[in-house]
Amino acid sequence: MSEDQGRRAVIVGVAECDLGVTNKSILELQTQAVTRALADAGLSLHDVDGLACTSVARFSTTQLADYLGIEPVWSDSTFAGGSAFEMFVARAAQAIEAGQAETIVISFASNQRSAKSRSMGNIYEPHTPEAQFEGPYGPLYPLSHYGMAAQRYLHETGATREDLAEVAVAARQWALLNPKAFRYEAGPLSVEDVVGGDLISSPLTAGDCCLVTDGGGAIVLTTAERAAELNVTAVNILGYGESTTHTSMATPGDLLSTGAYVSGEQAFAMAGLTPADIDVVQVYDSFTITVLLSLEGLGFCERGTAWEFIKNGRIAPGGDFPLNTSGGGLSYCHPGQFGVLLLVEAVRQLRGECGDRQVAGAKTALAHGTGGILSTSATVILGVDA
Amino acid sequence: MSELELPPVDDITAPWWDATRNHELIIQTCNACGSMQHYPRAVCVVCGGMDLGWSPASGVGVVDSFTVVHRALPGFDAPYVVARVRLAEGPIVLTNLIDQDVDAWVCDVAVSVRWRDLSDGRALPVFGPA
Repeated sequence: MSEDQGRRAVIVGVAECDLGVTNKSILELQTQAVTRALADAGLSLHDVDGLACTSVARFSTTQLADYLGIEPVWSDSTFAGGSAFEMFVARAAQAIEAGQAETIVISFASNQRSAKSRSMGNIYEPHTPEAQFEGPYGPLYPLSHYGMAAQRYLHETGATREDLAEVAVAARQWALLNPKAFRYEAGPLSVEDVVGGDLISSPLTAGDCCLVTDGGGAIVLTTAERAAELNVTAVNILGYGESTTHTSMATPGDLLSTGAYVSGEQAFAMAGLTPADIDVVQVYDSFTITVLLSLEGLGFCERGTAWEFIKNGRIAPGGDFPLNTSGGGLSYCHPGQFGVLLLVEAVRQLRGECGDRQVAGAKTALAHGTGGILSTSATVILGVDA
Repeated sequence: MSELELPPVDDITAPWWDATRNHELIIQTCNACGSMQHYPRAVCVVCGGMDLGWSPASGVGVVDSFTVVHRALPGFDAPYVVARVRLAEGPIVLTNLIDQDVDAWVCDVAVSVRWRDLSDGRALPVFGPA
């Protein structure tokens, strides 16, 4: 292969750490994720010269590197919520292709369920404008923003509460096919279960909200040249894009126009593909509404039509638009910042390792992360050689 | 709603908060291009100008969207309504909707300002049916 082709960054390893209720520390779970992903690639910690992670500590990557006993020459701790990991793929690929690093691990882990560290509430830092102008009104963060987006969506599009629920119903169907899913043995979920659930921040009920679990994962990137020496199916990074739009609930002029419109367009342009070319899609389902807004922004359907697009089991197992095949944040695992696990599932689908939930012949996959209150959006398009 | 923790203030936002003492809603306005913005900042996000003043707001607007919070945060009594109100002048504010049954609200209805007094003499603008 040519020198340029040899330095092209590819994904060679993925893994989850323990999921669910672990009673383990964040650093122990991070270590599981990193070392398992390296083992999946046939590599070890000695091979790692680049590291990216969030939410380990104030100096996240520094802290994890010290714990792992490595001294990376490239690091990234960009805090952008659940989209950070899709952003990290872009930055890591650029670093590898520029020759700054050879092998980079991107990881995330949290113990938020066993540590009971998740708060519904006000996380506003006192020096931010939101502490002055939003916190006093008592919004649940991030839930109330998604509630307002959902309310506006129903108002503008004619969709119903039941239409939103379809997203959660399909996620559960996928989870019933994934032995690692938190809801694997929970049985099917009905539209009535979701709509009749406890209202949290209307119109969203508990059934519209992602899980709160421990968990996490990691992915390993290296050069195509190095990958050729490993006994792995290298996954190609075909395109990526990102957008940072707001952090105040009052800033967006239009609640339904998310950064996915920009990040998706960038990623598809770079990949030279269109939405019709994607075989399997992983979209952060923090809430049911997030999926509808993301599918529209990414161009899988027109604005205001995702609720019709997903009807009749289209995104469920057996449907013609396989979405969130792990069961997603709604029914598989949600340690916060789910973006890393979108990538893990996308890679496994492309490697054909997904057992009962495998999408036959998947050659292209899209992972789309969102962070905060739809504050950040980042899209990655992956593929394997046909 | 029970007693709130007092919101912080900084040098940019102090005039806005001071106006609330008289139940006056004002909007930061760029002296170069005339754009209005909320929250107040050190820069006009439209033209980049840094010479910023204040304009009185009419106190009316429409509900862009809202959510009824059923799981209250500490210091709040559920259910209560959190909303985005688009002021007649253009900027959007986060607020609470009051003076109507929480389940009666819909998007795009007209609202007008009310005031919730804080213990230090400042007040929070909230909105009710116009």
